Amino acid sequence: MNDTSEPIVRFIDVQKSYDGEVLVVKNLNLDIARGEFLTMLGPSGSGKTTCLMMLAGFEPATHGEILLSGRPINNVPPYKRGIGMVFQNYALFPHMSVWENLAFPLEVRRMDKAEVKRRITRALEMVRLPEMAGRRPGQLSGGQQQRVAVARALVFDPDLVLMDEPLGALDKNLREEMQYEIKHIHESLGVSVVYVTHDQAEALTMSNRIAVFNDGIVQQLSSPDELYERPQNAFVAQFIGENNRLLGTVKEINGDSCTVEVDGSGIVQALPVNISGNGERTTLSLRPERVTINPPEGTVPNVFDGTVEELIYLGDHIRTRVNVCGHDDFIVKVPNASGHAALAEKATVKVGWATEDCRALDAS
Amino acid sequence: MAEATAGKIVLTTADGVPLKRKLRQTQQLMKRRAFTLVLPLLAFIGITFVWPIALMVYRGIDNPVLSEFMPNAAEAVLDWDSSQSELPPEEVFAIVARDLVQARKDKTVGKVATRLNYELPGSRSLITSSARKLSRVEDGPWMEAMLKADSDWGKRETWAALQRIAPRYTGSFYLAALDMTYDENGAIVSQPENRQIYVTLFVRTLWVSLFITLACALLAYPISYLMATQPLRISNLLMILVLLPFWTSLLVRTTSWIVLLQTEGVLNDIMVALGLIGDENRIQMIYNMTGTIVAMVHILLPFMVLPLFSVMKTISPSYVRAAQSLGATPARAFWKVYFPQTVPGIGAGSILVFILAIGYYITPALVGGRTGQLISNFIAFHMQKSLNWGLAAALGGILLFGVLALYWLYNRLVGIDNMKLG
Ligand SMILES: Nc1ncnc2c1ncn2[C@@H]1O[C@H](COP(=O)(O)OP(=O)(O)O)[C@@H](O)[C@H]1O
Ligand SMILES: [Mg+2]
Repeated sequence: MNDTSEPIVRFIDVQKSYDGEVLVVKNLNLDIARGEFLTMLGPSGSGKTTCLMMLAGFEPATHGEILLSGRPINNVPPYKRGIGMVFQNYALFPHMSVWENLAFPLEVRRMDKAEVKRRITRALEMVRLPEMAGRRPGQLSGGQQQRVAVARALVFDPDLVLMDEPLGALDKNLREEMQYEIKHIHESLGVSVVYVTHDQAEALTMSNRIAVFNDGIVQQLSSPDELYERPQNAFVAQFIGENNRLLGTVKEINGDSCTVEVDGSGIVQALPVNISGNGERTTLSLRPERVTINPPEGTVPNVFDGTVEELIYLGDHIRTRVNVCGHDDFIVKVPNASGHAALAEKATVKVGWATEDCRALDAS
Repeated sequence: MAEATAGKIVLTTADGVPLKRKLRQTQQLMKRRAFTLVLPLLAFIGITFVWPIALMVYRGIDNPVLSEFMPNAAEAVLDWDSSQSELPPEEVFAIVARDLVQARKDKTVGKVATRLNYELPGSRSLITSSARKLSRVEDGPWMEAMLKADSDWGKRETWAALQRIAPRYTGSFYLAALDMTYDENGAIVSQPENRQIYVTLFVRTLWVSLFITLACALLAYPISYLMATQPLRISNLLMILVLLPFWTSLLVRTTSWIVLLQTEGVLNDIMVALGLIGDENRIQMIYNMTGTIVAMVHILLPFMVLPLFSVMKTISPSYVRAAQSLGATPARAFWKVYFPQTVPGIGAGSILVFILAIGYYITPALVGGRTGQLISNFIAFHMQKSLNWGLAAALGGILLFGVLALYWLYNRLVGIDNMKLG
């Protein structure tokens, strides 16, 4: 990744409406760096596919501009954009063999026979399917079709590849295997990838940066660790990873700590992230692994009494559901470390956490 | 079986029966059950479809008249070796004369006359009048008596025709259906020029059906595409429009074409009013081949649209998008990616339309006039008017075999499993 070169894709104030009544994409501004693996992550219907389709040229933007390598492409038809694309159902041409599928983009570009052969051979080796060239897509397994689709999108050496939920149809093991494979292909070729998924684990595994979509808006655009550790708003905190929510009202903000009165159960010290003033409603966000059961006296400022409701043994940790501050769905992940006190259901415990692990976000 | 498993371990079920035999037993039970389920339909098809068709093909070679009503004459005529003498000997004349008299008594002589007339046009009265006159003759010599009754009995041609209708089975109906006949020496020759109609008619029917199929495909393709790609609301509306012809009677539809296309009809009136053509040279668009083709394309169009639509419906738009993202222009994406996937639909629709068209009867009969008639109209004519069922059956049989041959050809070229009806 070279930060000084211009972005390969720029969305500038892009809006999109299908019916003239609802904005499916509301004012999208997004720069995608050359060689980057950027994931659009969001729940179904949040406008991810629409963004991808506008970039690929199959849907016009209602407003705004999309630049590809600095060139506006609003009036460039899809076949002149030179963007590789992997579709969710793979869209491999069923009446052509794997070889013919891969040859298609090359023959369209009038490459000579030897070059076509060289490139297809290389692409098939890249996806580890060299002996499948003569098969029809229908004779391949889901994972193999997936690989052929990736190979076809890359065989003509595009600078940019779009993938719309490409692993959605695969089972869990295969999906994880393919995630690594796509990631490795990306790293070895240096191609820019825009990847769409609604699976947060997939996004966290694969991406350089993740754009979290909701309701036609990019909620946060950051690296995976940033996104997980420092969510900027309540939606992101809730959508990425597991999250305990406590609703309350801001009492006082001073520097990098604030005091929040949690509804019906007292005062909590928290890190102000997305709040602006006293009296404002806020959502406190707490990761389950950052909460301690029975913390040593005086180590953390926030300590509350709770009752263990449920224990689920998961090997490396014990998922503990605790009734605390009037919430009976408060989750604590207790590491299964040696010498850890065994908990019993219905036991009374103390639950505590540090100020910086408790993020005060917007109210919704 | 034994050799195949020799040396290997034979797998058995818990009670020691070889696994393969057990499997076969269970499968056989399932097969028998499945067969029982289709049995009623199979019987129905057998009785209402296969049996009548077999009968029809048989009737095309069946030749019972002479051997049934004049059995002795039939035998005698067949025994006569026509290459040896110009006319049969006296004893053959005698047998034929006695059978003719007998047939007149049995009141079956008319049937014999009709049958001979098919073979030798204009010979009906030869039989009936000879039979009448001979019934008054007491005794031979019969050759003389018959020649006196009608001088045609002295022609070799007459006897050759009689010899041809004598066998129990004949190829002459099939030959006639192909514009051929036997000459007086029993060799197969073409019919005289002015009596050759069926081959031309078969060829015409074939071309017209192919043309109608092509026209239907060209008209149906865009509309099916539209139906398959538009939102449900619009595609439902289009579907209703396509199916509308199905909901009106065939007669009404055909009549409305007459109203539209006749020389004093709507279309001609409009063109005259617009000054496109003069009032005196109105265009003849019905009661000829144009009328037949227009009306049949209209009637058969849904049979092309429906299979095409159902195939197109299953083609995801992402294929064309994928092709375009790979650099293909819309035209190339259509031709290389979309079109090949619709071929099964075109195949299914074409077979359907073609087979319906090649045997279509009612529309050509109503709007075809004299020049727009197809082979089925002549089959109907021989069934209903001329009552030459043998010839009708032969024409039908040839049509059937022709269609089967085309079907076979289609299977070789396109592959029948490549056909998709939905
Ligand atoms: N072709 C279309 N016509 C009308 N509305 C559409 C179309 N495609 C998507 N939408 C609507 O736009 C919204 C966003 O859809 P989409 O971009 O597919 O979301 P995602 O890919 O994030 O699930 C949805 O509410 C969907 O109903
Ligand atoms: Mg989508």
